[in-house]
Amino acid sequence: MKPTLRSPGSFRALLTTVLAMTKRRRAHAPFASGLLAAGLILAGSAALLHVSHTPLIAEARAADTATTSAPGGAADTRPDIVKRGEYLARAGDCVACHTAPRGKLFAGGLAMETPFGTLYSPNITPDAQYGIGTWSQDAFFKMMRTGRTPDGTLIYPAMPIAQYTKVTREDSDAIFAYLRTVTPVREPNHKHTLRFPFNQRNLLYGWRTLYFREGEFQPDPTKSVEWNRGAYLVEGLGHCTMCHTKINMLGGSSQSEQFAGGLIPVQNWYAPSLTSDKDGGLGDWSTKDIVDLLQAGISDRGAVYGPMAEVTYHSLQYMTEDDIKAMAVYLKSLPDKSGRKTGPSAPTNTNVFALGEKIYADKCAICHGEKGEGKLQHYPPLAGNQSIEMDSSVNPIRIVLNGGFPPGTMRNPEPYGMPPFGQELNDTDAAAVVTYIRTAWGNHGQPVTSRDVNALRNAPLH
Amino acid sequence: MHRRTIGSSVLLVLYVMWSGVALAATDASSAMPSAMDERVRACTSCHGVQGQGLNNDYFPRIAGKPAEYLFNQLTAFRDGGRTYPPMGYLLAFLPDDYLRKISQYFADLQPPYPNADQSAVAPAVLAAGQRLVTQGDPARKIPACIACHGARMTGTQPGIPGLLGLHASYIAGQMGTWRSGTRHALAPDCMHSIAVKLSDKDITAVSSWLARQPRPADPRPAPASGERLPLACGSQPQ
Repeated sequence: MKPTLRSPGSFRALLTTVLAMTKRRRAHAPFASGLLAAGLILAGSAALLHVSHTPLIAEARAADTATTSAPGGAADTRPDIVKRGEYLARAGDCVACHTAPRGKLFAGGLAMETPFGTLYSPNITPDAQYGIGTWSQDAFFKMMRTGRTPDGTLIYPAMPIAQYTKVTREDSDAIFAYLRTVTPVREPNHKHTLRFPFNQRNLLYGWRTLYFREGEFQPDPTKSVEWNRGAYLVEGLGHCTMCHTKINMLGGSSQSEQFAGGLIPVQNWYAPSLTSDKDGGLGDWSTKDIVDLLQAGISDRGAVYGPMAEVTYHSLQYMTEDDIKAMAVYLKSLPDKSGRKTGPSAPTNTNVFALGEKIYADKCAICHGEKGEGKLQHYPPLAGNQSIEMDSSVNPIRIVLNGGFPPGTMRNPEPYGMPPFGQELNDTDAAAVVTYIRTAWGNHGQPVTSRDVNALRNAPLH
Repeated sequence: MHRRTIGSSVLLVLYVMWSGVALAATDASSAMPSAMDERVRACTSCHGVQGQGLNNDYFPRIAGKPAEYLFNQLTAFRDGGRTYPPMGYLLAFLPDDYLRKISQYFADLQPPYPNADQSAVAPAVLAAGQRLVTQGDPARKIPACIACHGARMTGTQPGIPGLLGLHASYIAGQMGTWRSGTRHALAPDCMHSIAVKLSDKDITAVSSWLARQPRPADPRPAPASGERLPLACGSQPQ
């Protein structure tokens, strides 16, 4: 069925778009906000008409159960629990959004710009007036499970509420205990400056009906304990799906496309598929390579870059070997079994290929090797690299234009940086060299055009 | 004396032997170069292999500036005190310890200066620039540049940068951003206080004169001084 703006799918996609747009600090929205806005209104109205109250009742029940079974409202701040909570807060990458650049830890205030206005992350320090100092651990858990603040206000899905709902009571309590111990900051929250009608939180009922499934992570008894631990971290606190699930402006963000990858709107980086080895899946990676990539930021197969560098920097580098390995085991199990791309490389214009080959020899081979073999692990191989071969040419083009350092991590504290080439290569040259690396050495990428390159020159850099 | 010479020779021989061993070990253990010049290719492709800057107002000389000054700039780009997206993007996920090492690496380099600016500027403008740099303008409470940036204008340890070897338009651009408040330093932001008192004419005069000055015999920043600065600067705590 051709998706329409009125379909529930499109509504979810649009809200997912909002959510993804707001994921990243200082996100800008330089594109078709009018279309999105119109779509959101239409879809929102349609969805509101069909809202069932069942999920709300279910939420209330879950919250009641939690309250009655809870050991009490005060946080248990014994050191080992606080330490565990700090670790889990890292796993959830709370700091990335709840701390502004040069701001105080967890005092919020990070501006998240969207086509609908600006959202500001709240202060989650234990300050009684401006933070969450008056919250009980029950209230905190209820927020994590139901996506509502203690007074019942619906939380905008810039907060990964659809993922955090999977977090266990025990883990939620530990995170709360940790947050009780950070320095209280007396800084009021910024008011969101969303435009009408996006400032109407009731619109979120529609989103929640379609997208929010309240409930703790349910282990798959047919899988190993390790796999289930990985699934819990990836699907819950890690909230990987916020970027790695396809977002289609005109609908089509179905559950079956979970982790199938997609362009991250506004940021203009392509989050690779985690379900197809043809487009970024990790099925044929060794567990060690996945662990290295996530934890150190570099591996024998490639390095993290773009928004993923932030995830490794703030979150994954701090994860234990066991947890990272569990995530790797789960991620490795996600791809379908159809394997990598095969067959001959795509034909290219001979002149373009020759120009690209010359530029490559001149500027790239010194680090990435004459045959794209790289120098492990600091200079990633380009031959057989899924980031280069992906259907979307966004990432290889942007890496050539913008360069980048992998994140400085405990395992790789002094990373080697890739120079930006945007200032020395014109669109034709950049397109030629990207075409070359996508089609040389048996690579299976498609050629790119100078127009593709030009379109990404203004991609936001944060 | 004689004994010391023998001692030095022994040390030298040992050093040469050790170097040989070290080199051999490097060759055998890993093909990966570990030197800083390899790590900072992302910096030197724009700022020059020696950090000397390119013939382009966007990519200034960074070599030889005090390490603490460079570190303050890197963290400002990373955390928001200075806004230049390509720099902020590159530095976003680099920890302080590494940024200090990068700063020290470029602080220790002293490549030659570019050729001094030869463009035609009226002598009166240059004279006004020289006056502001060397004497300031007491009537307007503008201190002389050299009061903080050193008599040789090569900066002062630990946090004040040199003013030479830069393009006139780069200097003027920075003073413009200090004045408009888009470039910040650690509070109190003394350069902002000064820049708001400068007219466009002042900025042209100062930047034109500075860009014409030759490399001094000693291009290193002046050592930290106990002398009180004309106004308080967060980057140079006293």
